[in-house]
Amino acid sequence: MSVPSHLNFYIDASRCIGCQACVQACTECDTHKGHSMIHLETVDRAHSTQTIPVICMHCDSPTCAEVCPADAIKRSEDGVVQSARKPRCIACNNCVLACPFGVPKMQVEFELMMKCDMCYDRSSVGLKPMCASVCPSQALFFGTREEIEALRPQAAPIDRFQFGNQTITTKVKMMGPKNVAGQRPKHIDVTAAMDEHAPPRSVSLGVLNGAR
Amino acid sequence: MPSLNRETVRAGAQGVAATLLVAALIAIGSRNLAHFDAALVGYTFATLFAVFGITYRYSMWLQRPPTALYWRRGWQVFFSRDRLLASLAAWPKRVVGVFAINNFIFRRSRTRWAAHWLIMWGCLLAAAITFPLVFGWIHFQTPADDFERYRVYVFGFPTFSFRIGSVLGGLIFHGLVWASFLVIAGVMIAMRRRMRDRGAEAVQQFGEDFLPLILLFAVSITGLMLTASYTWMRGYAYDFLAIVHAACVIFTLLWLPFGKFFHIFQRPAQLGVAFYKDAGRSGEQAVCRNCSQPFASKMHVEDLILVERALGYSYEMPGGRGDPAGHYQYICPRCRRLSMALAQGRLWQAGRGREVTDRPGIVDVAEMMEPASAPAAANERA
Repeated sequence: MSVPSHLNFYIDASRCIGCQACVQACTECDTHKGHSMIHLETVDRAHSTQTIPVICMHCDSPTCAEVCPADAIKRSEDGVVQSARKPRCIACNNCVLACPFGVPKMQVEFELMMKCDMCYDRSSVGLKPMCASVCPSQALFFGTREEIEALRPQAAPIDRFQFGNQTITTKVKMMGPKNVAGQRPKHIDVTAAMDEHAPPRSVSLGVLNGAR
Repeated sequence: MPSLNRETVRAGAQGVAATLLVAALIAIGSRNLAHFDAALVGYTFATLFAVFGITYRYSMWLQRPPTALYWRRGWQVFFSRDRLLASLAAWPKRVVGVFAINNFIFRRSRTRWAAHWLIMWGCLLAAAITFPLVFGWIHFQTPADDFERYRVYVFGFPTFSFRIGSVLGGLIFHGLVWASFLVIAGVMIAMRRRMRDRGAEAVQQFGEDFLPLILLFAVSITGLMLTASYTWMRGYAYDFLAIVHAACVIFTLLWLPFGKFFHIFQRPAQLGVAFYKDAGRSGEQAVCRNCSQPFASKMHVEDLILVERALGYSYEMPGGRGDPAGHYQYICPRCRRLSMALAQGRLWQAGRGREVTDRPGIVDVAEMMEPASAPAAANERA
């Protein structure tokens, strides 16, 4: 069994409404029953409602697998980076610290790393992963390229990410604008804004202070 | 012809050395093959091949950059002067908990633990009996003055003796029977899970997951058939069964270096990791360059940077946060996740021709309120 090549995962964090449906649904998956592999992060709770659901991006050259001293993480031929193999994982935490997207979860109690495997029991037979099946805003979308292009005419899927000097390409794609200054964006630069300290920003909450 | 690289040559040499060592131990332990059972020569050669294969793979594995580093670090941490006593004190508890009891598997699932524990102890018991017998390291002799007794010779040296018909004698002679009971029970539990669990069904592979169980079952059941044949059936089909059993055992031995069984030799690394973590917890912590919170041991982060460089990754962030030697490894996993949202937001800001801000998700509510005053302005115009 393998994930059909015409189906893919598209993530659009900007559409996330933080409803937690994906977090709950994730626990229903048979390959990691009872354990949610999604990180639903609130970016800056004090100032914003912005949230991001983080799933495994399934890198073409997975850093997590490369740094694993026990050779426990395997990428299957369909490009899905599987959860750590139970007989091999020695719970060293290398993958957790090395993943550029911050995806793997260390289950300290089990001495085992677990991660999003795109609900392999479902996706390998052409079904949507649990999170994508319940996401009401389609921040998490699993389907064909034609479907996503029809749904988001202004957006284009991007599968290249820049972390410092390192470029990482992934199976899962993130939706970005089709056009930036007349050009199609080639990658998402994740670390670009880390060059300078973000200036403290005073947000004047008009609703509370009385509208100007 | 492809040229051999240094790693392969080293692993091959270590494999040959280990094989020669075991061969020498067989010659010495069996007193120049005096106690060597020629009928078991097939087992011996299969074992020697397994020794070569296991050593070769282990050596190749140890030469991978992450494994090489943590192998070295594990020993350094264990024997470091300020940690040696604590390490020695913690060692027996960890060996018993992890290897004898398999406590971490118990916490994962009771049935998985039962399956693993039964198979593990069954195999250990069987190996402890089979290998010394095959190598001629143990043999039994009847003392000249008492034909009702057997004396056990280890490496040719006499040790204890027991009465042939005693309970102890029965336990010793049927050691492999007891081992096969443990293995078969464990294999049944494991096989049931593999046939009913939909999660396991999605990711399991025949060679990796079923074949080891089938081999263990085949070895155990054919071994039991031998006992049944000579105990209750006057040796019916004994020769045939002996060949089938030998074939199963030899195939299992040959398979040891390749498939799932190799985890038996990799797994002890878990102990080294535990000591490495101990040292990390008590040492200096790495602080995230983005949120200024400690998130891992500094030793671990710095080791990981070395490993990533050795693997050809380049997560350096030149000029990052005023630190010329910035490295993405110094960003905590949570900040990495948040950065994805911010990076996507910035790209959309740029795509919409807006000013690109550091925190695109933060909406200036006051700015949004501006259009609210628009009707008033419109009225004025009217």
